[in-house]
Amino acid sequence: MTALLKVDGISKRFRGLVAVDRLSFEVPQGSIFAVIGPNGAGKTTLFNMIAGVFAPDGGTISFAGERIDGLTPDKVCQRGIGRTYQIVRPFPALSVEDNVIVGALLHRPRVADARIHALDVLRRLDLFGKRAQRASSLTLPDRKRLEVARALATDPKLLLLDEVMAGLRPTETDRIVSILRDLNRDTGLTILLIEHVMRAVMALAGQILVLNHGKPIAQGVPREVVQDRAVIDSYLGAEALS
Amino acid sequence: MSDMWAAIPPRGRIVLAMLLALLLVAPAVLDRYLMSVLILIFYFAFVGQAWNIMMGYAGQLSLGHALYAGLGGYVAALLWFYFGIGPWIGVFAGVAVAAAFGAVIGWLGFRFGIQGVYFALLTIAFAEFTRIAFDNMAFTGGPSGLFLLYDEHRAGEWWNLRGGPMLFYYLGLILAAGGALLTAWLSRSRLGYQWLAVREDQEAALSLGVGAFRAKMIAVLISASMTAIGGVFLAFYNNSLFPSQAFEIGRSIEIILAPVIGGLGTIFGPIIGAFILTPLGETLIALTAKFGLDLPGTKAVFYGLTLMIIITLRPDGVWPWLKRLLGLELKP
Repeated sequence: MTALLKVDGISKRFRGLVAVDRLSFEVPQGSIFAVIGPNGAGKTTLFNMIAGVFAPDGGTISFAGERIDGLTPDKVCQRGIGRTYQIVRPFPALSVEDNVIVGALLHRPRVADARIHALDVLRRLDLFGKRAQRASSLTLPDRKRLEVARALATDPKLLLLDEVMAGLRPTETDRIVSILRDLNRDTGLTILLIEHVMRAVMALAGQILVLNHGKPIAQGVPREVVQDRAVIDSYLGAEALS
Repeated sequence: MSDMWAAIPPRGRIVLAMLLALLLVAPAVLDRYLMSVLILIFYFAFVGQAWNIMMGYAGQLSLGHALYAGLGGYVAALLWFYFGIGPWIGVFAGVAVAAAFGAVIGWLGFRFGIQGVYFALLTIAFAEFTRIAFDNMAFTGGPSGLFLLYDEHRAGEWWNLRGGPMLFYYLGLILAAGGALLTAWLSRSRLGYQWLAVREDQEAALSLGVGAFRAKMIAVLISASMTAIGGVFLAFYNNSLFPSQAFEIGRSIEIILAPVIGGLGTIFGPIIGAFILTPLGETLIALTAKFGLDLPGTKAVFYGLTLMIIITLRPDGVWPWLKRLLGLELKP
C-alpha cells in the first residue's frame, strides 16, 4: 500500500515547550490510522499542522505526493483533507442541511447539486431527519456527526477526526464507529483519527501510533500496541489489559 | 430567478405583489411631502441592503458606510459640476472610487486579521479622514459645500437626474427593489453560503475549503459599490453635498439603523426597517419644528431610543417576527 499522507520529521515549539518533536509516520491509502496518547502529547498540534492551522517549525508533510506543509487551511481542504474539531464548531444559526451544503459547495459550484450531495451525506450520518433544524438546537452526539458530515461533504481523500467520540455514550460511539467503518469500506476513504475512547480505536484502527511528549513511543497493529510496556506505563494504565 | 419566486410562500407572493402595485401607483395620490418621505425610505432601504450584505450576510461590521455614499455622491457631482458629465456615467466613476476605498479597507482588515470592533474602527477612521480631506480641498467646495445648480432649461432631463420628485420616486423604488433582488439572488448562491459560513465561524469555514478572504473582499466590494450608487442618487436629489454631512459617523449610523431594526441577514429587514424608521424620524422633525423644539441632535436621540426599544423587544429585528405573525414562513 502506498502512503497517502507522509509526515517527515515535523516539529512544533510553543515558546519553550516542544509540542511535537521530529515526528515521522505514514498513513497508507485506504487505511484507518489512529493517534493516541495522554493529554498534552501533541496530538491536536499534529492535526493542526496537517490541516494548515499553523506550519511546522521543521520537517515536511506530503499528501498524495505533494507537499502541503505551510498551506492555509482552506487550501489544505481543497487538496482533499477534511477535518473535524475536538470542540465542535457548527455554524449555529444555519440549518443542519445548510451547514453541510457549505462543505458540499467546495467542488460543486451549483447550490442545487451541492444540496443533493449534502442530503446524501446526511443520510449516511443518520441526520437526514434533522436536516431542517438549526445546528444550535442539536444534541452533542448529533453535533459530532454533523461535524463529520460537513467535512465529508467536501469529498476528502483523507478525513482527520479529532476526538469525535469524546463525551458520547457507548451506543453513540458504536453508531459512529459503524458509520466510519462503512465509509472506509464503501468509498475507500482514508481516516486519521485522534481518540481517547479505546473501545472505538480497537474497533476501527488498522494501525495505531502512540505519542507522548510529542514523540512516538509505539506504533503497530492495535493488539500489539496495547500490550506494549511503554504504552501501558505512560497512557493506558494496567487496567486496560484486564 | 424563478426559484427565488418559488421560495416565497403563496401568501407572501400576494402581499409582495400588492405592496409593489401600491407603490407603483402611489404617486398619483401622494402629495409632495409624502413623496419626499417615500424617496428617503427607498434610499435607506437600498443603502441599508448594501450594508446588510456586508454585516448581515458576511458578518463584517462597518461603521463607516457613509464613506462610500459620500464618495459616490461627490465623484458624480464633481464630474457634473466641472465637466457636465451626466450621473449615468458619473455613477460608474463614483462606484469605481468607492470600490477602490473598499478594497483598501478590506485588504488591510482581512489581510492582517483585524476583526470585529477593530475592523469597525478602521472603517470609521477611513470615513473620518476622508471627511477631513474633503473639508480641506478647494475644488470640492471645502466645508462650505458643493452645490448642483438647478438650471430651469435642464429641468426634465431625466437622463441627467434633473427632474422632480416623480423621477426620484421611481428611481428610488427601482433601486430598493433591485437591491433586494440582488441580495436575494446572492444569498442563494455559492457565495452567499460562503458568507454565512464566514459570519458564523470563520475558522470552521476555512477548514471546509471556503476562501474567506476572497468571500469577504467580494462582500465589501459589492456593498461599497451599491452604497456609492445610493450616494449618487442622494447627491442629485439634494443637489448639495457637505463633507460634514456626507462622511460623518452619524450618517453611517443612519445607514445601519434600518437593517438592524428590520432584521440582519434577511432580505426584507432593511426594507421594513426603513419603512418604520424614516416616517417616524420625519414625523418627529415635523412635530418638533411645529412646537419650536427642534434642537440639534433630537433626531439622533430619537433613533437611539427607537433602536434600544426594538432591540430589547425583538433582538432579531422586526421582520423575522412579522413574518411569523403574518404566517409568511415557508414550511419545511
